[in-house]
Amino acid sequence: MNATRRGILTAAPIIGAGVLGVGFWRILSDMRSGAFDPRAIKNPNVGKPIPSFAMPGLPGLGDGFTDAELKAQHRPVLVNFFASWCIPCVAEMPGLRAISRNMPIWGIAYEDKPENAAGFVQRDGSPYARVASDRHGRVAIDWGVTGVPESFLVAPGGRIIWHGSAALDPQIYEAEIRPRLAGL
Amino acid sequence: MFGPEQGHFALALACVLALVQFAVPLWGASRRDARLVGLAPYLAVSQLIALGYSFLCLVMCAVSDDFSVQNVAANSAVSKPLLYKITGVWGNHEGSVLLWTLILAVCGGAVSLFGRNLPDILRGRVLAILGGVSAGFQMFCLLTSDPFDRVFPAPMDGQGMNPLLQDPGLAFHPPILYTGYVGFAVPFAFAVAALIEGRVDAAWGRWVRPWAVAAWCFLTCGIALGSWWSYYVLGWGGYWFWDPVENASLIPWLTGTALVHSAIVVEKREGLKIWTVLLAIATFSFSLSGTFLVRSGILNSVHAFANDPARGVFILALLAIVIGGSLTLFAWRAPSLTSTGLFSPVSREGSLVLNNILLCSICAVVVTGTMYPPFMQLLAGRTISVGKPFFDAATIPLTLPLLLAMGVGTALPWKRAQLARTFSHLYAAAGIAAIGLVLCFWKLSGILPIACGALAVWVIAASVSDVLRRIGIGHTSVQGVWERMKNLPRSSWGAALAHIGAGITILGLCGMSQAEHAIVEVHIGETRSLAGDDWTLLDVHDYIGPNYKAMQADIAIRHNGKLVTILHPEKRDFTTQSQTTTEVAIHTNFITDLYGVIGDRHGTGQDTTYVLRLHRNPLAPWMWLGGLVMAIGGAFSLSDRRMRIGAPKRASARNMARA
Repeated sequence: MNATRRGILTAAPIIGAGVLGVGFWRILSDMRSGAFDPRAIKNPNVGKPIPSFAMPGLPGLGDGFTDAELKAQHRPVLVNFFASWCIPCVAEMPGLRAISRNMPIWGIAYEDKPENAAGFVQRDGSPYARVASDRHGRVAIDWGVTGVPESFLVAPGGRIIWHGSAALDPQIYEAEIRPRLAGL
Repeated sequence: MFGPEQGHFALALACVLALVQFAVPLWGASRRDARLVGLAPYLAVSQLIALGYSFLCLVMCAVSDDFSVQNVAANSAVSKPLLYKITGVWGNHEGSVLLWTLILAVCGGAVSLFGRNLPDILRGRVLAILGGVSAGFQMFCLLTSDPFDRVFPAPMDGQGMNPLLQDPGLAFHPPILYTGYVGFAVPFAFAVAALIEGRVDAAWGRWVRPWAVAAWCFLTCGIALGSWWSYYVLGWGGYWFWDPVENASLIPWLTGTALVHSAIVVEKREGLKIWTVLLAIATFSFSLSGTFLVRSGILNSVHAFANDPARGVFILALLAIVIGGSLTLFAWRAPSLTSTGLFSPVSREGSLVLNNILLCSICAVVVTGTMYPPFMQLLAGRTISVGKPFFDAATIPLTLPLLLAMGVGTALPWKRAQLARTFSHLYAAAGIAAIGLVLCFWKLSGILPIACGALAVWVIAASVSDVLRRIGIGHTSVQGVWERMKNLPRSSWGAALAHIGAGITILGLCGMSQAEHAIVEVHIGETRSLAGDDWTLLDVHDYIGPNYKAMQADIAIRHNGKLVTILHPEKRDFTTQSQTTTEVAIHTNFITDLYGVIGDRHGTGQDTTYVLRLHRNPLAPWMWLGGLVMAIGGAFSLSDRRMRIGAPKRASARNMARA
């Protein structure tokens, strides 16, 4: 083995480690600025029209809604999947109530008994303009929901323009949702 | 006396001592000043004492429920049992970093005490490198993860501990695993010292090997214990999830296994020098990156530590210095290390090279699978996950030739082997492996499990037959066999045991590939059958535990009408932490595990049903038993006199003849 080849071979590990290190550094700096979230759940439906559905309402909370009604809205709507058995959803409620002062939120109860979901929504005042029941989670599958709570920002005409997989609060609203509303 | 401030001070003192331990011996070695170099062991031992005191202070804070210490308030509670108050010290980020540095200091102390036969300059440099790494991580502890931070006002009671962590298996898992990770710092320090010195010879191989073997034993036990914990605590019936945290321990294990083997070639044949030095650096680098990248939050894992990107930057800088520095030194100095040995492909050293190539290929696969998702997200902005199908498909085909070579390798002599003669030693093992193959065809389904199972039998049979041949069974008298047994080096016994352990683990994995499970929803009194057993839910009752409410099921398992066992799986609700844990019930006869989990209760009154998860896991205990046997094999070879005495005192003529 000649000297140049030896040199190249022994330098290979440091070059490899360097590339990895730069990558990690980029990831870390993006994590600090919020541009990179290793736990992010990307939804394939963002940018696409909402799937078609028709769901019944919850007892005492109106009629439910369909994709046609959602598409017919003239303002952006925040669609929120929730369940009464979901602890982050309980934690999310005060945040949702705060956001509902700024824009309409439509709720979809995911795999939840209608009476439980209705009780949950009404306990401390409902943040939802309209509520529907996805008793068996079929609609959630079409939307690409991986768990609750998850939220979608739907533009007038029915296109999904944003997806969030964490419990919402006013900070997320200010940082992620409001800038997108401005562009509509 | 043992307050948090004293602990904090002792930690800072240890950090200063570690810095001196780094600088003075290196300076002394370059000036050839024996007095300065000779300070290294004293500095290492004082650093160990200071750090030990600091750790003791943190333990005392936890035991005495001093909730004015932030770390204790966040992780402990008055009602926590004493054992978990102590083990809880390392159940969180800050405490585990302190434990990590303590173990590193223990390694330094061990080199000081047991390394008296090393040349002074080499020992000084090794301790200096260890001191430098120690100083870095103690600074990390002091500056970003101070375990002694006070909180004001102090809460009346702590927030308690994650109930999942209140388990004896997990309590002792971190110290064992960390000893494995950190233990590889010693071969690393030896490698860096050898690069500074510019010399690697047979003696170096002999000195470095016991440290690598010791670390390897601990890492093997740590991984086995972790896998066992996830099997019986998480209650998913799985034992390995290819999770980044698990991979972080597997990667250094693979390179460490390669290191343990390639160091033999350095010792016996003065070959593979550059490669062995690189493996020593790589193994510790992987240990470091694994443990710390997991904490920076880059790798998405179910084993969540409190993540903090700011902390990550410090870690990354530290890794850049330690890993970048050592690899730069490697690129600069390694080309001057020359091999003297000539290699024949069919020889013991040839088979060890093959072993290294295969182990490192498996390692490359695991590294790729672990790093691909974050880098893909960074470069292409897409989230993907790499899971079991990729790892299984990529690692198993590499494991097959590895197992084949394991059986042949120990039968090959050094330098040059005569194939016909070697194979004549292996007829019996091959025959047993053929019987194993038939058994596997009968019991297992799927081509890969059958191949792995037969090869695992082959490894075990070849290891046993190798030992039998060396002690002369069938060739000499009983007296002669006894003499040879006594004279056979312990490291040969150890190698055989370790290989048998690997075979047992592989057999366990093959058995588990045939595991069956069912998720059933049943009323009380209903029976479901799974793989020939009838599982009957006899009763479910509620009871109140010390800090939880529990639902316990009685499940009877009958085989052909005969009662096998009654399992009592539980579901516990920890009200203060609003967390639920499942207590798995396992019945084992060491051939098959019957594994029951109780899930949700649905409905009321007559209509009440319960969701049960039933598993039948063939050969499950063998996976961890094999790991234990491997570690015992390693420990056995550590007790070899030749390993302990080391090379400088030339082996006696009798030993030479025997080897």
